[in-house]
Amino acid sequence: MDALAVSLLTGLADAASLFLVASGLTVIFGVTRVVNFAHGSLYLLGAYIGWSLLTRLPHSPLGFLLGALATIIALAVIGMALEMALLRRVYRVPELFQLLATFGVVLMVQDIAQYFWGAEDLTLPRPPWLRAFVLIGNQRFPRFDLVIIILFPLVFGVLWLLFRRTRWGRLVRAATEDREMVAALGVDQRRLFTSVFALGAGLAGLGGVLALPDASANLQMDLSSVTDAFVVVVVGGLGSLPGAALASLLIGLLQSFGIMLIPRATLALVFVVMAVVLILRPNGLLGRPISGSGGGTPALVRPAPMALRAAGGAALCAALLAPFYLGDYALAIATEMLIAMLFAASLHFMMGPGGMASFGHAAWFGIGAYASAFAAHLLAAPMPLGLALAPLAAGVLAVAFGAFVVRLSGVYLAMLTLAFAEIAWAIAFQWVDLTGGDNGILGVWPAPWAAGPRGFYWLALGVTVGGTLALRHLLATPFGYSLRGARDSRLRAEAIGIPAARIQLAAFTLAGAAAGLAGGLYAYAKGSVFPTYISLGHSVDALLMVLLGGVATMSGPILGALAYTGLYDLLLAATSLWRLVLGAAIIVLVLAFPEGIAGAILRLWTRLRPA
Amino acid sequence: MKSPGPVLLVENLHKSFGGVAAVAGVSFALDAGEMLALIGPNGAGKSTCFNMLSGQIRPDSGAVMLNGEAVGGMAPRAIWRRGVGRTFQITATFASMTVRENVQMALISHHHRLWRSLRPARRLFVAEAEALLGPVGMAEQAERAAGELAYGDLKRLELAIALAHAPRLLLMDEPTAGMAPAERGGLMALARRLANARDIAVLFTEHDMDVVFGIADRILVLDRGRLIAEGSGAEIRADPRVRAIYLGSGETSGGH
Ligand SMILES: Nc1ncnc2c1ncn2[C@@H]1O[C@H](COP(=O)(O)OP(=O)(O)OP(=O)(O)O)[C@@H](O)[C@H]1O
Ligand SMILES: [Mg+2]
Repeated sequence: MDALAVSLLTGLADAASLFLVASGLTVIFGVTRVVNFAHGSLYLLGAYIGWSLLTRLPHSPLGFLLGALATIIALAVIGMALEMALLRRVYRVPELFQLLATFGVVLMVQDIAQYFWGAEDLTLPRPPWLRAFVLIGNQRFPRFDLVIIILFPLVFGVLWLLFRRTRWGRLVRAATEDREMVAALGVDQRRLFTSVFALGAGLAGLGGVLALPDASANLQMDLSSVTDAFVVVVVGGLGSLPGAALASLLIGLLQSFGIMLIPRATLALVFVVMAVVLILRPNGLLGRPISGSGGGTPALVRPAPMALRAAGGAALCAALLAPFYLGDYALAIATEMLIAMLFAASLHFMMGPGGMASFGHAAWFGIGAYASAFAAHLLAAPMPLGLALAPLAAGVLAVAFGAFVVRLSGVYLAMLTLAFAEIAWAIAFQWVDLTGGDNGILGVWPAPWAAGPRGFYWLALGVTVGGTLALRHLLATPFGYSLRGARDSRLRAEAIGIPAARIQLAAFTLAGAAAGLAGGLYAYAKGSVFPTYISLGHSVDALLMVLLGGVATMSGPILGALAYTGLYDLLLAATSLWRLVLGAAIIVLVLAFPEGIAGAILRLWTRLRPA
Repeated sequence: MKSPGPVLLVENLHKSFGGVAAVAGVSFALDAGEMLALIGPNGAGKSTCFNMLSGQIRPDSGAVMLNGEAVGGMAPRAIWRRGVGRTFQITATFASMTVRENVQMALISHHHRLWRSLRPARRLFVAEAEALLGPVGMAEQAERAAGELAYGDLKRLELAIALAHAPRLLLMDEPTAGMAPAERGGLMALARRLANARDIAVLFTEHDMDVVFGIADRILVLDRGRLIAEGSGAEIRADPRVRAIYLGSGETSGGH
């Protein structure tokens, strides 16, 4: 009984922490329609700034209160600065590029935090009042967590009153429900957006400070918190404050009771919940269909100009001959780049022409890699068979899962793919008997003819070029056009007999299979597979490559993969602050070339050569 | 060829949105070769009627019979396959494709080539697409991106798309919105010729009363979801209830 009560309280405290971060995220999204990945960075900054203040202030409750208030104000100011310096400039670019820009901020803040506060986890000194427990029967429960629990209804109530009772709040709600109308009313949108950002950032800062007594300020807390917050926001319904509160409760309680009931499933539990909610309610628990998200009309797609084809042909020749002028180490890097290209091309297929962005594309890559590894180990299959099983396994799972995915759109769709990837990752990580868990599966060796760096390079080149050209050709067929049509106007597609959902499912499956093929190749290239192949970071890599290159044409992901892996390797070698530079480069790219590298080249090309 | 009975028979159609009755008991018939105008003030329920006829909205109750077959509640795709083409009040086209490719896609779908052909889509049904673009006056703009067309041109493109599968029934929701008054007559005269030459039944809404009275064989007047009058142009002009909802005048321009 007492244990249950403590679980309940733990769940409530978790829910409260989730809500502090998620509420700001959902309000910001509702008003600005920006998928703000940097929200976790604000939380991280809240923790670090809070730590700096609290260690200098008296270690008393009053000192804590003052420090927390100062942190909230500091973060509100940082949020305003961020909005005015960056986000304001990207409201008009397509929503995925906004996401890319905010991800640039994430990278920069990581290095900034490390520069100022170091890589060590920072904990607060714990004076008696922070260490105190209350007794529930014979169980102890931290008294500080009770404060956090009380803050949940308090903050919710204050926000509720703010949104219902003030003119500012009514504007925020109006903007959430119908942006065009608010624009038409002549409201000063800039100030509205900036103030909303300040509010959200302040809440994230509060969340960060409150995480200090029980945990620490650390460099990983940005991505983990923003992932959790996105799950909450999506489960609750994007832009809905009551939804965020409800979802925080649901997830906080499920987590704390889940640990008791099924300890092994904890990593995946949250994502299982999100997947179930999204499958049953495509707009979240309390959400409504989103109006007017993202900006811009899709650009006209034309067949590649002759010069571009010639350049592609020349690059291919150079690539074919690479083993004759590159050393083994460079060839190994080039092989990895090729695999990254196929991986990026597969994501581009569903994301560009398909309009289905994925936050979990690494799932298919990883499934392909594990399929090859299982084939090699359990079936003792030769490499060609192992390689063939990779896209097959990924494709079969993609078609089953995709049936649910294609019923959604936008951020909801992306989050459902993330859920699947996280579940797949948890299985790879926790089903140790089958997958070896964190230790992975070793000894996935290529066939003798492909065992050397040269042989494997040519294999990777053949598979990547073949796979990419096949995808590219499909985009030019009626199927590919239908896919693009379903993206441009689902209404029109259905009105001329194009089965949009089925077309999208087929594209999703093909994208999954192609990513699986890349994963299979990678397994043989490395000789091993690990759960990290399925990690969020790997999915984000793919996303960055596609967005950097540009979503409009197939040359985008190829250039993007080259630029990203190249930039990454270069920066890693050149500076310890590589995240700062990479993040800044990404932001500059988004601001200067919102159509990606390939798009910018194409634009330059057409401008230099009047038709 | 011509089946007996009307092409379209609508009986007692109802649709409410959250307690608000958008369409409340609409019935009418439409014959092949006939041009029927559905008019009424903003919010009368015209577009909602259209969307129920072509499947975008499922009726709460009532019947939609197409050549004697009940199609009410069917998906848009199924209704389109049965020979219903339409244009939208807020145009819906493929912005990332050229004007010609937009029409080609309708042709490709009509000829069941969506899944079966591995040839580049832009090489399929080129001549057929151009033949459809000529009459609506879009031939010169065939290579332009649909995403950058003027609004009136988008309406023309939509008409070409709607005609691609040789429909028996054509639904046009405000086909001339965004066009200069001089162009409106031309487009509607084209619709008239098509209706006559190919025996297409045409149902259209329009805010320009000159266009309506000049071209329609018969007029239905909708007000707050109900049909309040039906008849020839002269009859409608004389109807006191119609005059009342149009503020006692034969209003001429789109009242937005
Ligand atoms: N999807 C919807 N949800 C809620 N209400 C709707 C919806 N679609 C239409 N309505 C309402 O139904 C009524 C009829 O709308 P409809 O668009 O059919 O009118 P209309 O005659 O086409 O008007 P207009 O001349 O402005 O195009 C209006 O009151 C409108 O607000
Ligand atoms: Mg209408």
